[in-house]
Amino acid sequence: MGQQIYFEDVSEGMELPVEVREPTTRQLVQYAGASGDFYEIHYDKPYAESIGLPGIIIHGALKNAMLGAYVTGWAGPGSTLRRLTCQYRGMDFPNEPITAKGHVSRVYQEGEQNLVDCTIWLENPQGQQTTPGTATVALPARNR
Amino acid sequence: MSTNSFTLTDEMREQAIGVESAPTTTDVEKGHIARFAEAIGDDNPAYTEGTPETGGIVAPPTFLRAMRAVRPELPFEIPFTRLLDGGSDWEYFEHVRPGDVITAVGRVEDIRERTGSIGQMIITTIKVTYRNQTGAVVATQTSTSIRH
Repeated sequence: MGQQIYFEDVSEGMELPVEVREPTTRQLVQYAGASGDFYEIHYDKPYAESIGLPGIIIHGALKNAMLGAYVTGWAGPGSTLRRLTCQYRGMDFPNEPITAKGHVSRVYQEGEQNLVDCTIWLENPQGQQTTPGTATVALPARNR
Repeated sequence: MSTNSFTLTDEMREQAIGVESAPTTTDVEKGHIARFAEAIGDDNPAYTEGTPETGGIVAPPTFLRAMRAVRPELPFEIPFTRLLDGGSDWEYFEHVRPGDVITAVGRVEDIRERTGSIGQMIITTIKVTYRNQTGAVVATQTSTSIRH
């Protein structure tokens, strides 16, 4: 978990620190159990291949969760996630590095809230954005 | 006629849009939140012991996925067996905490037909509304699924 980011410290275009994860098949099984999504393409290789997939693929919802963890980890404990979107554009596979990247796209106030929109995404080892998304985070201010 | 000659008429769209799923109700357990956080690889202490900012343990943003909302049943059959998840749009209003009782209801927001590189597709947008035991909406999740 990172340090707290304050509203005064962010500006449009600011980059979020790059984070690399490498989900294992074990993690996919953990996610299946924790989420209740037991679709076989996420842990049964012969089944996945039988329906034409190159192998086991990562749950879209797990990638969604990884983006959530990425942006909330950056924003810090005093932040509040307001919105999180993502699109599943490509498959990702376990035991490969997946890189989370992002930048601040808008800084604004709405009522009492200090809001920041971020453009975030996951990249596969080929550098393709398999899971682009956005997040809106409410940040605390240094000077209340 | 081939099995692929399926047409989504305006009348069918009207019948489908607004259809709601049966509600599912789930008790949120502390251990489940911790297992979910571990599974997504998020070691934020808010999910295991709570922080001063969260005032106790809260659930990770996509935890509500585990509430297993059921899909609304369309009033007609779609003759495609393949299902792709297109993406997700979450809006958050309240924290989810251990002891909460969450009721999830899905609603068909839109259904449309398109032909793309994978052939004919039926794109359905479903919005799941999650409420806690006080009736407050804690979050909504709008998902797009593609049948082809």
